[in-house]
Amino acid sequence: MCETCGCGDPDLVSVELHESLLASNDRMAQHNREHFGERGVLAINLMGSPGSGKTALLEATARALAGHRLGALSGDLATDNDGARLRAAGIPAATITTGSACHLDARLVHEALHELAWEEVDTLFVENVGNLVCPAIYDLGQQANVVALSVTEGEDKPLKYPVIFRKADLVLLTKCDLLPHLPGYRMEALEAALAATMPVPRLVRCSAVTGEGLDEWYAWIAARRAELPPATGKRHHHHHHHHDHSG
Amino acid sequence: MPQTEGGTVRTMHEYSLVTALLDRVEAVAREHGATAVSAVRVRVGELSGVELSLLATAYELARTDTLCATAPLELLTEPARWECTACGTAVAADGPRRCGLCGAPARLVAGGEMLLERVEMEVPDV
Repeated sequence: MCETCGCGDPDLVSVELHESLLASNDRMAQHNREHFGERGVLAINLMGSPGSGKTALLEATARALAGHRLGALSGDLATDNDGARLRAAGIPAATITTGSACHLDARLVHEALHELAWEEVDTLFVENVGNLVCPAIYDLGQQANVVALSVTEGEDKPLKYPVIFRKADLVLLTKCDLLPHLPGYRMEALEAALAATMPVPRLVRCSAVTGEGLDEWYAWIAARRAELPPATGKRHHHHHHHHDHSG
Repeated sequence: MPQTEGGTVRTMHEYSLVTALLDRVEAVAREHGATAVSAVRVRVGELSGVELSLLATAYELARTDTLCATAPLELLTEPARWECTACGTAVAADGPRRCGLCGAPARLVAGGEMLLERVEMEVPDV
């Protein structure tokens, strides 16, 4: 290609770029990932519709894994309700108020890390804004994506939202205690929809009410932790500096 | 939805993407000493999570008062293509995300991207 576009107008310059529209977010996500790697933190991006039971799941997880070093960042359009619920359940949690934004991005997560003693955490849950569309495209620096899908949302959601399910490492089918009230629910249709969207389908049926399936969820977390490379241990002055004035 | 059209667009990630796009295009234009941008080309994959019509609407709303104010946005689409992670065989876009031959998981090799492909701009003669 020549520098000009070849149309005969010498003032028209055309530049070929082929770069991602997400390049700036992806750089910040990589920065977050390096932080997590330095401290051996497993960061899990928990996504799902509004009301799919993300917070209830994390509350149950906090109670069951009380001896573990858990932390949470909770994305919310307007309130601190989820963060407050998580703190009440025993997880140190900071809220990321997104205002009108429908998703978390890597910069919002990075800023929120200053509000949390994240370096003292082994497993950090990033509870995304309730939405099956927008959160799917933004890398936050997490090592795993989990989608919470409640039984009342129907079996075909993976087919309707293939982008988010393609990137999911695990799908938690929540509110399974309600299944007796949903006689038309076809588990095989959900499994087929997951097979059509996820290269490695992984489904855990669970209920934060009865506790069904939660041990499998905790075992999955433990397995992901075991896969993490050892912490590289570098300290980052910037974050320590900011931690000092949160107390 | 109790929102204006602009408000609705601003709650979509396409608006964030367009903001990032305009920032990047303006930076490229400044690097080249351009006075205006005359065309922007973006390629959007089928499985990128971007809705073309929303991206176009967001662009129309956001480009006012930028160097792109009169630059049309050309949107190209890229179909999803999958192949086997083990043997490289093409895997059909419908049906299970598994290789029909060896059963290994498929991976997306095209159609997940959203790329700023090309910027055309007006540079004054020096």
